[in-house]
Amino acid sequence: MASDTGASYGSTLRYKSVERIKAVGKHSLIGASGEFSDFQEILRYLDELTLSDHMWDDGNSLGPKEIHSYLTRVMYNRRNKFDPLWNSLVLGGVKKGPKGEEKYLGMVNMIGTHFEENHIATGFGNHLAIPILRAEWHEDMTFEEAVKLVEKCLLVLLYRDRSSINKFQIAKITTEGATIYPPYSLKTYWGFAHFENPAQGAVGSW
Amino acid sequence: MDVPAKGGFSFDMCCRNGMMEKKGFKAPGFLKTGTTIVGLVFADGVVLGADTRATEGPIVADKNCEKIHYMAPYIYCYGAGTAADTEAVTAGRESRVVTALALLKSHLFRYQGHVSAALVLGGVDCTGPHLHTVYPHGSTDTLPFATMGSGSLAAMSVFESKYKEGLTREEGIQLVSEAICAGISDDLGSGSNVDVCVMTKGKTEYLRNHLLPNPRTYVSSKGYSFVLGQTEVLATKITPLKQAEVTIGDAMEE
Repeated sequence: MASDTGASYGSTLRYKSVERIKAVGKHSLIGASGEFSDFQEILRYLDELTLSDHMWDDGNSLGPKEIHSYLTRVMYNRRNKFDPLWNSLVLGGVKKGPKGEEKYLGMVNMIGTHFEENHIATGFGNHLAIPILRAEWHEDMTFEEAVKLVEKCLLVLLYRDRSSINKFQIAKITTEGATIYPPYSLKTYWGFAHFENPAQGAVGSW
Repeated sequence: MDVPAKGGFSFDMCCRNGMMEKKGFKAPGFLKTGTTIVGLVFADGVVLGADTRATEGPIVADKNCEKIHYMAPYIYCYGAGTAADTEAVTAGRESRVVTALALLKSHLFRYQGHVSAALVLGGVDCTGPHLHTVYPHGSTDTLPFATMGSGSLAAMSVFESKYKEGLTREEGIQLVSEAICAGISDDLGSGSNVDVCVMTKGKTEYLRNHLLPNPRTYVSSKGYSFVLGQTEVLATKITPLKQAEVTIGDAMEE
C-alpha cells in the first residue's frame, strides 16, 4: 500500500509529513484519503475494537476481512444518519485461514460502498492509477515488482494530480507483520524537447 | 436603415434565456459527449488516435463513428465535443499547423466557449511535426503528447508512464492504441474501436478501425429485404427529370 504524505486545507498544502497508512492489529493495514480528522476518529474506533478483542484472550485475533466488515458497518450507519465519516478507506492484510494464507484487499467509502479487489485506489487514483493497475497487475508478483508498479502509478499521480506531493510512503503487510517504510521521493522528468520553446514553429505566436 | 452585422458573438439570446430560466423553464443540459482522443509526436511525425463511440446521454448513438476531421493534406484534427468546421488554408500553398491552430482558436474565442469543441490538432508541415490541444474557450497548448475527452485521464496515465522521445512509427502506433484502449476499457463515455492516423512528411495514413476490441459479432446472414407492398403507400408523385440540351456555337449567332 502506498500514499503520499501530504494533507491539504483547501488549496493550502498545510501538512507535508502525514502518515496516512497505519497498522491495525497483527494482520491488517488501513490507508485513508479524505478528511483526516475522521480518519483519526476511525483509528480510535479500531483501537477500541482491537483492545476489547484482545481482552477476550482466546488466542483469536481480528483479520482484515473482519476489520473491513466492521468499517463497512460503521461507514454505512453514519451515512444513514446523514453524518458521514468523509473518507475512502483501503483495507489490506494477510491472515492464516483454514485454506492457508489468505490475502485480502478491499475498500470502503463514505457512503458505505465496499468491495474486494486485487488493486484499489482512492480519489484521482481511480482515474489515473486504476487503468495502469488493470493492465499490468498479475498474480504472484514479487515485492520488488509490486513496488515498481505502485511507483509507476504514484509518479503519474504526482504529474497530474495537483494536490499530490513528491513524498511517499510504502507499507507492506505479510504473515510476519506490518512494515511501514520511511518516506522517500521519486525522480521526475521534465526534459521533453517540446516543453522547451513551444512557439518555435511560429515566432511570435501564443 | 439596416445596421450591417458586426463580428463577435451576439449575446441577445442570453438575456432572454436568463429571463426564461427565472420563470422556471429548465434549459437542456450541457451534454459532454464521452470520448478518448490522443496524440503524440514521434521521431518522424505525429500519430493521432481516437475511440469510435458517440453518446447521447446514457445511450450509445453511434458504435463506430469517425472522430477524425480532415483539415489539410497533412493536418488532421480529432474532435471531442461538437464537430469542428474550420476551413484549411488553400490557394496552392502548403498549409502550416500553426495556421490551422490560429484559425481554430480565434473562432472559438469569438464564441466565448459556447462552441464546445475540445480538439487535438496534429500535423506535419515544412517546419516539422506539431501537436496542439485546443480548448472550447480558445486556449491552446503545444505538447509532445496530449489527451482530451472523458477518457483523457485513463489515456494520460498510459502516456505519462510510457512516453519517451524519439519513438519509431510502430512504437508510436502501439502506444497510441494502448492509450485509447485504456480509455475504452476504463471510461464509460468511450468505447468500441480504435482509429489511428499517422502523419509523416509527405504521407498521411488513416488507419480506420486499426484495432477492433469490440467487433460486431452478430451480423444477420439472411440480410434485410424490403418487398414492394410491405409498407402501405399513401400517395405517389413522380417528377421526371428533364434532360437539358446545350448547343455549342448557336448562341453566338443570336
